[in-house]
Amino acid sequence: MSVVAPSDTRQAASAGRLRRAMSRGNLLIGSLLIGLMGGIALLSLVWTPLPPGKLQIVQKLKPPLTQGLLGTDHLGRDVASMLMVGAWNSLSIAVLAVAMGAFAGTLVGVTVASRRGWFEAIMMRANDVIFALPPILSAMMLGALLGTGRRTAIIAIAVFMVPVFARVTASAALQVWSRDYVLAARGAGKGGIRITVDHILPNIANQIIVQVTIQLGLAILTEAGLSFLGLGMAPPAPTWGRMLADAQTYLGRAPWLAILPGLAIALTVLGFNMLGDGLRDLFDPREKGR
Amino acid sequence: MSRAPLLDIRRLSRDYASGGLLGGKHVTRALDDLSMSVAPGTIHGIVGESGCGKSTLARLVMALDRPTSGSVHFGGEDLFRLSARDLKRKRRDFQMVFQDPFGSLDPRQTVGRIVAEPLHVLEGKPGKAERRDRVAAMLEAVGLAPDHAARYPHAFSGGQRQRIAIARALITEPKLVVADEAVSALDLSVQAQVLNLLMDLRDRRGVTFLFITHNLAVVDAVADRVGVMYRGRLVESGPAQAVFARPLHPYTRLLADAEPDVTRFGRPDRPPVAVAEPIDFGVGCSFRNRCPLAVARCTAERPELRELEGGPEVRERLTACHRAEGLLETNTPG
Repeated sequence: MSVVAPSDTRQAASAGRLRRAMSRGNLLIGSLLIGLMGGIALLSLVWTPLPPGKLQIVQKLKPPLTQGLLGTDHLGRDVASMLMVGAWNSLSIAVLAVAMGAFAGTLVGVTVASRRGWFEAIMMRANDVIFALPPILSAMMLGALLGTGRRTAIIAIAVFMVPVFARVTASAALQVWSRDYVLAARGAGKGGIRITVDHILPNIANQIIVQVTIQLGLAILTEAGLSFLGLGMAPPAPTWGRMLADAQTYLGRAPWLAILPGLAIALTVLGFNMLGDGLRDLFDPREKGR
Repeated sequence: MSRAPLLDIRRLSRDYASGGLLGGKHVTRALDDLSMSVAPGTIHGIVGESGCGKSTLARLVMALDRPTSGSVHFGGEDLFRLSARDLKRKRRDFQMVFQDPFGSLDPRQTVGRIVAEPLHVLEGKPGKAERRDRVAAMLEAVGLAPDHAARYPHAFSGGQRQRIAIARALITEPKLVVADEAVSALDLSVQAQVLNLLMDLRDRRGVTFLFITHNLAVVDAVADRVGVMYRGRLVESGPAQAVFARPLHPYTRLLADAEPDVTRFGRPDRPPVAVAEPIDFGVGCSFRNRCPLAVARCTAERPELRELEGGPEVRERLTACHRAEGLLETNTPG
């Protein structure tokens, strides 16, 4: 064992404290942001300042605080109400898509890890093919097949998520498979499914949760991109992406129309990323017990 | 041996193929035509250096891997000819203890769940209350407290964890326990406790152990019989004390000499012999490049395990060396 000089230990200790403080900060700010956005999204289901679709052409393009809290758009709709409903639309699509993608991807990942061989080769190559298609492209193809809308957006994003989760779970599960306690379980007579349920999933759950959080941020961004291009939810329903698209024309006269939904997207993605980082540090076994 | 062997390994070989897209396939023979048998109620030691095939042997005996050729007979049945269902049923009779007590216990399960694991797979799985009682009894038998069952592995020291692993191996009351480097990761004082526990289990429960280690002192202390492995082959076997007191194979002598000794303080007087890399010769004796006694015959002819002519000191002993007779003469005890 090496002898560590006192100054080194002090430095290491303060670096550790800094890291812990930062990860606590990540966790705190991340969960506050996500809590805020989630709260707004849920609130929009029961209450918004004005109906988000209500047109008041005479009040169009009013700056924030002059008409309503956050002003009005080019059709005189209340921006605050639209952002609130947009939060619900974005978050619900992202959550559903990631849940579906995570479920399917994890299933593929743990199966690959327990079967190996040709099954692994085929599944992982199929993953690479899906991964190579940008979600925008698959959304356009799906849109042509199913028509654009909420369902298409969810499926397109979910398909994009599957290979990510398949890879993360496969590599994490393979690590667990190489552990002696799995060998002991095999020696006791457990089969692949039983070992996956009893040993693999509990030991990779943390990594999956962290990945879900990070992918939620990505899903929000993708959903905004799809609506920006008109591949998301159908027009009367307000989404952050389409609010940005509509604001393009009025960028000089009414910059808040672009800034506000942009800020909403940025803060939500930031929140998910910080939450993901914070959770990763929280779960990291190297940090435990220090 | 008077009694029918519990474990009978016949001409067991295992090849591992490696090699990627570029370069031809390279086959490594981890086990080479190894035969041995283990009598019930004994501790049978297997010693050898890293990479000699000890762990491959353990995995094959546990039927966690399939051999390239040869067979493993357990209680008279060929493990690799059993159906998957029969093998699963048979597994309660042989269990394993691993080297690293920090890697062999699932950190997400309580000790009670870990120890009970083999019971969950049994046909006619015992009920919850019975499982709890058996786990409690087993924890006491290995020197832990029954209320430890509710805790997680991280709360225990290395020695305690190894006791947990032993409790798991014994919960189905197996006939054979394969211990692969089971005490190598433990402190000396803890090693002694665990070794005493194993001997106690042999004496009171009649458990048979296949005890695999690189540590001669440990084998010398607990084993009834010992087999010495070199490059996947058994080069010597016999009663443990006799083998280490008067080796009949130059490799055994090399191992015995390399072992630190309390009577020999300080650095060795002779400079350590430069150790040649083990080479795959294909023909002849695989040890000849490291052997001080090698002669022309060792290059041409592979030595097979054989008995020696002689007095009581070579009884029940086998060696795979052409020059064992000469070794026996020069090797006076003391």
